[in-house]
Amino acid sequence: MSSHLLVRSLDRGAAIFLVVVAAAALLVPVFNLVVPPTASLHLPTYVVALFGKYVCYAILALSIDLIWGYCGILSLGHGAFFALGGYAMGMYLMRQIGTRGVYANPILPDFMVFLNWKELPVYWYGFQHFPYAALMVVLAPGVLAFVFGWFAFRSRVTGVYLSIITQAMTYALMLGFFRNNFGFGGNNGLTDFKDFLGFNVQAETTRNVLFSLSCVALMLGFLVCRGIVASKLGKVLIAIRDAEARTRFLGYRVESYKLFVFTLSACMAGIAGALYVPQVGIINPSEFAPGNSIEAVIWVAVGGRGTLTGAALGAVLVNYAKTYFTSGALAPYWLFMLGSLFIGVTLFLPRGVVGTLHHWTALRRVKLSAAAEDGVAAALPAE
Amino acid sequence: MGFGRGCLVALLLAFASMLGHTAARADGLDDALAHFTADDFDETGTGIAAVAASGNLRAEAVLRALQNGQLMYSAERKAVYVQDDAGKLFDAATGRPVTSDPPADLDAVSINNRLRGVIDAALGGLTLLSKNPARRLEAAAAVFKSRELSALPTLENAIRQEQDPSIKRALTQARAAIVLSSADASDEDKLAAVAVIRERGDQDALGLLQSLPGGTSEPVVKAAASAAAAVQSRLAIWNTVQNAWYGISLGSVLLLAAIGLAITFGVMGVINMAHGEMVMIGAYVTFVVQEAIRTSNPALFDYSLAIAIPLAFVVAGFVGILIERCIIRFLYGRPLETLLATWGLSLILQQAVRTMFGPNNREVGNPSFMSGAFDLGGITITYNRLWIVCFALAAFAALLALLRFTRFGLEMRAVTQNRAMAASMGIRTSTIDALTFGLGSGIAGMAGVALSQIDNVSPNLGQGYIIDSFMVVVFGGVGNLWGTLVGSFLLGIANKFLEPVAGAVLGKIAILVFIILFIQKRPRGLFALKGRAVEA
Repeated sequence: MSSHLLVRSLDRGAAIFLVVVAAAALLVPVFNLVVPPTASLHLPTYVVALFGKYVCYAILALSIDLIWGYCGILSLGHGAFFALGGYAMGMYLMRQIGTRGVYANPILPDFMVFLNWKELPVYWYGFQHFPYAALMVVLAPGVLAFVFGWFAFRSRVTGVYLSIITQAMTYALMLGFFRNNFGFGGNNGLTDFKDFLGFNVQAETTRNVLFSLSCVALMLGFLVCRGIVASKLGKVLIAIRDAEARTRFLGYRVESYKLFVFTLSACMAGIAGALYVPQVGIINPSEFAPGNSIEAVIWVAVGGRGTLTGAALGAVLVNYAKTYFTSGALAPYWLFMLGSLFIGVTLFLPRGVVGTLHHWTALRRVKLSAAAEDGVAAALPAE
Repeated sequence: MGFGRGCLVALLLAFASMLGHTAARADGLDDALAHFTADDFDETGTGIAAVAASGNLRAEAVLRALQNGQLMYSAERKAVYVQDDAGKLFDAATGRPVTSDPPADLDAVSINNRLRGVIDAALGGLTLLSKNPARRLEAAAAVFKSRELSALPTLENAIRQEQDPSIKRALTQARAAIVLSSADASDEDKLAAVAVIRERGDQDALGLLQSLPGGTSEPVVKAAASAAAAVQSRLAIWNTVQNAWYGISLGSVLLLAAIGLAITFGVMGVINMAHGEMVMIGAYVTFVVQEAIRTSNPALFDYSLAIAIPLAFVVAGFVGILIERCIIRFLYGRPLETLLATWGLSLILQQAVRTMFGPNNREVGNPSFMSGAFDLGGITITYNRLWIVCFALAAFAALLALLRFTRFGLEMRAVTQNRAMAASMGIRTSTIDALTFGLGSGIAGMAGVALSQIDNVSPNLGQGYIIDSFMVVVFGGVGNLWGTLVGSFLLGIANKFLEPVAGAVLGKIAILVFIILFIQKRPRGLFALKGRAVEA
């Protein structure tokens, strides 16, 4: 009975989440484009780009929550998938510059002309076509995650070992992308974009469209995650999180489940990165920095792991705080804040904001119904 | 480096003689200096030869000034001056300060690369007969490089007079270099010269043997080719030794950084992402100790590390115990949460140090016994690297002894093997936890003292080591100190042998990829623990 109520309340949370994101997707462009700049409700364009960034981070957080919150895989290298998606999009945008670059070379991006390269490397072929680039946005992180996960999960690398080698993976990629001869622009990365599907990326309308697209991607990603979590597949994932060996003994192929959800999550992170790049206007190897990936994990922890809505909320909250504190006189204290957040959340708020709210409402229901205690205990989000 | 320092010494001597108002004979020198007022490269070349030939005491100072762009001339007054670093003018011929107004059209005598070579050779010739042995050696090296034919008579003279065997060898090598590149020497002389150069056997010798001038006779070319092959194989061997030494040196740094982690992560199973910051704290303790010594008692500077090592151990150990009591003890059994919390802690510690000491690198000096280097065969070994290798091994041995022979070590092993049983035997497990964590952190602090000698002391010092340290511990096998030792040296040496082949960054990536694949194959590391401990 009460477990039924809980599912309904979760559904209500999901509905609220979807309504809020949809409203943002519609209202932010209205406040930016329709409301005249003199009105107090007008949103400046830079705020739209900032919100767009938050939404992309929210998608990344969602992808981390799917594997960490529901399958117990703590990846400290999800920033790598995010950055790979971003680079795939960046390559498309670079090819769109064409003759408008500094060196006006119709084929080669500026940095290649600068490095005195004569022809386009093979792995840059095809990126002038959007469908191919869009495919690579999903495929590049997906294939990496599949290969990496195939090796890791098959040999049963779990827990902190997996976390550390995912961190080493993103670190190695960062070192590689910093090199000029990798052909991705070295430490300057890819920037100075002009067009996205024929529209100027700097234009206000394009920025608003990109923002709304990001919101749509967030909603779709959320629905996919919800679908997985609520399905039988999701139950198996939770079983793996709580007792991996027991699940294996029950006859489930744990590796396949993990591999599937890890790859899917990497693809989501890649899409987030692809939406991030045209809005921010640059992608460079520092996106691979291990610190970025760990920071993304703390967004999920703040919002509440294993809640999906919480992950997205945490990403927006923490990044809003970051923008707020690093732009003012408080900038030197931001790292103290962030550090304390890591410690405080793990010590005092292990369920995160949304997880704690769920917990409280569930407890109240227990008192109200005063029956079937065991049912609630089973349905509570595990720690 | 040695050449640069030699130049500096020579320059100082030159200035000293200038400032000393040496009563100089200005006979042939005046005529020679007149060539410089034309500011024409050919004229200047003639002038250099004339100055060198004048035999005047001021000749060297003039040439040094020319070399450094400090020889000034005035076309109007037909006069040549030497300008010192402060911009004061001295008469080039006499070395006396110029008291009258400086000329309006004062300009430096310009030189090009060809003239630089000529100056080097002329200076080399001038100093071949110097009284100072270090300068004679310097001059011999300069002549070896320039192979200036004109220096040959002076060189012969110098070889005849030379008493010091090592300088005599350098002079002979210089003569051989000249003979080899000259066109008119006899074949016998050239064959003898090839033998001398082969004996020298370094990169310069190889270059010399491989670039004989055209028209050299057949037997000499053959001898040179075989000598070059011999030198090459000798160089290859020394190159391997050099790589191995660099690898051992890097391995010892990795060992120092990882050995504390082998305790906190390997033995206790705590993921401490703030481990690198313990290393950083140790480095900053060194900085503070050196600052205190500089201001209060500079004579003690050589003992600064002896003071800093125990102090760093205590400070970092204390911080470690504090961390264990305040954060980590609430998170035992939740490794992923520990990881996040300690990562946050590392951000806080870095920012705290940045606030206290500023974001820039701080200067930490080498004590006298750690600066300098010595040659061992074909490689150069710096003392600070050598000391760090020794220190790393000593720290490792001390830690091993502590675990094996002391009561604390015994209790520590007992708690990690079976906590409940240890507690029922009367061991205060929570105290042991705190002390163990403090021990690991303290060792990291001592590592920081050593690393401050070879790395930049900045708030980011620790970050550079944390991933490498984890790799070493995981690779070597968790919970096994010997594994850490072998792992760090293996990775260090592999890294240094890959570097020349693949480049520094690709080499590092290759190592990371290798370890990632290795963990797939042997998830428990090189030296896996067997038995019940594996279950935990």
